[in-house]
Amino acid sequence: MKIHEYQAKGILGLYNVPVPRGEVAFSADEAETAAKNIGGSVVVKAQIHAGGRGKGGGVKIADGAAEAAAIARKMLGMKLVTHQTGPEGRIVQRLLIEETLPIERELYLGIVLDRVQGRPVFMASAAGGMEIEVVAAKTPELILKEAFDPGDGLLPFQARKLAFGMGVPAACVNAAAAAMMALAKAYVAKDCSLAEINPFILTKDGKVCALDAKITFDDSALYRHKELLELRDLNEEDPLEVEASRFGINYIKLDGAVGCMVNGAGLAMATMDIIKYAGGSPANFLDVGGGASADQVKNAFRILLSDPHVKAVLINIFGGILRCDTLATGVVAAARDLQIAAPIVVRMEGTNVELGRKILQESGFNFTVADGMRDAAEKVVRLSAQ
Amino acid sequence: MSVLVDESTRLIVQGFTGKEGTFHAQQAIAYGTRVMGGVVPGRGGSTHLDLPVFDTVEQAVRDTGANASVIFVPPAFAADAIMEAAAAGVPLVVAITEGIPALDMVRVWAYLKGGRTRLIGPNCPGVISPGKCKIGIMPGHIHLQGHVGVVSRSGTLTYEAVGQLTGLGIGQSTCIGIGGDPIIGTTFLDALRLFHEDPGTHAIVMIGEIGGDAEETAARYVKEHVRKPVIGFIAGQTAPPGRRMGHAGAIISGGSGAAVDKIQAMEEAGITVCSSPAEIGEKVKSRL
Repeated sequence: MKIHEYQAKGILGLYNVPVPRGEVAFSADEAETAAKNIGGSVVVKAQIHAGGRGKGGGVKIADGAAEAAAIARKMLGMKLVTHQTGPEGRIVQRLLIEETLPIERELYLGIVLDRVQGRPVFMASAAGGMEIEVVAAKTPELILKEAFDPGDGLLPFQARKLAFGMGVPAACVNAAAAAMMALAKAYVAKDCSLAEINPFILTKDGKVCALDAKITFDDSALYRHKELLELRDLNEEDPLEVEASRFGINYIKLDGAVGCMVNGAGLAMATMDIIKYAGGSPANFLDVGGGASADQVKNAFRILLSDPHVKAVLINIFGGILRCDTLATGVVAAARDLQIAAPIVVRMEGTNVELGRKILQESGFNFTVADGMRDAAEKVVRLSAQ
Repeated sequence: MSVLVDESTRLIVQGFTGKEGTFHAQQAIAYGTRVMGGVVPGRGGSTHLDLPVFDTVEQAVRDTGANASVIFVPPAFAADAIMEAAAAGVPLVVAITEGIPALDMVRVWAYLKGGRTRLIGPNCPGVISPGKCKIGIMPGHIHLQGHVGVVSRSGTLTYEAVGQLTGLGIGQSTCIGIGGDPIIGTTFLDALRLFHEDPGTHAIVMIGEIGGDAEETAARYVKEHVRKPVIGFIAGQTAPPGRRMGHAGAIISGGSGAAVDKIQAMEEAGITVCSSPAEIGEKVKSRL
């Protein structure tokens, strides 16, 4: 689960990572009040779940409350397009109003899970303010790494080593190390999958501060962090994906014409791949779950057909233990209840596959039964092009 | 021959009396797996499926001589269950559970380090040596005893590949589902090493997907050590970056994990990479 910058800073603040003084604003009036409370010049930052906001016009400096209100009026409701939002962009609905700080240097701090070491790894770089992917690709030697044990946290000597490694002046090393250890503590305490401060700044008056913050939580651990659930902003998510998640369906909208319904994530990805291989384009990723019960099939149909670009549907179920006659009955019932007009290609494997096919063929609906993945992909791509 | 599991495997089921544990224990027994009993804290002394239930893994191992455990325990308790099995000295632990918090797996990883327990999974279909032993949730009947080793991060995509092999009359020595999570007990590298050293495995199928760089690491091992034919497929060639594709580990992020990089590394290692998931069986046949 992703959260906004202001929410991430709120969490970091709880763990004593220094963050700028700031307030969230949902309206121009609130922005004006916030700017007054903070005093002096302020930064107005659009809050969306995507990076690259500055270049897209989502970060502006205001000289006082009146200008902050004027900027807020323009920014709220605007469509912010960045390299991470795609061309459709995001509508700005929240702003963060923050104090400005005299920046001396910009550094990078981040924590991710290292799959190879099986531990969280703390990354630090003197090349702050840039995207870490770019730094990793062009100058990997500028990224310092320290893996740590969640129980111990980032140890003081590790934090100092990273700080010295980035060339932090001796007078600031202790403050920087404390902030790093605090970041690691927050990462573990809140079951994050990513925690990033970019830039982490040294100020001209010798302080350290998290000028930006990004946190992603491990979805599998949210059950033990009920307090985090209220931070979810459904406006930042695709409505169909939200709807799907309510039914335990994994759905990701793409931009093709072939809707897919598959059991299992790996097979669902492979189904997208083979549609492309056959000359078509998948409209979505959809993992209906292992069981593919009649209810799940119906919900999945409803969700993937809500996408107006879907011209044909491919159902690919490798049941194994699942009975194909049960599956076919569920598919027919869903097609009837939802009055589906789009052509549907069904490929299924499992027990009673012949009986399943018979049920589909005799249903009176627009089903095409396929034999294997290749046949299924070729048939559905042909139908989607008609 | 086969790796990891065979006729000598004596299995206990953790989370035995639950819906999943019960169903898949029945399936395993029907397949011929020697299921010795199960563990459910608080149900010790009772029987389930005519088999003994124990309060602790330690008791179960002592009384049954079990040398493998399969875990159907809910996510919140699964990490503890894995560590309990390791503490009881079980050499092979297969964790089926999906949705274990990543930091719980970090603890498990540290706990298992340097020990003698091999963990398969979590979030995996399990492991099967066709005709000998089935541990997990895969449908037994699609498999055929033979000499191709299969290792995969996926569940149903593995069944797809196995179905193609069996359809062509090509049997499998062992099929290992290593799981779709970022932190897993047995990696592609570990599985390839097992197959490389097994004289009963004549060719290897490796089914990867986007996310991480375990496929690249395994490809380097293949290049240096493996002289058996290796056939591969990478799922997610059309997946958008930054999106988690169902599996917790299936995400292109931080400039790594893209299918194109994995395919390139595998091809450079001499692995036959299938462009389409429909040609896995045929490609294996062409290299036998």
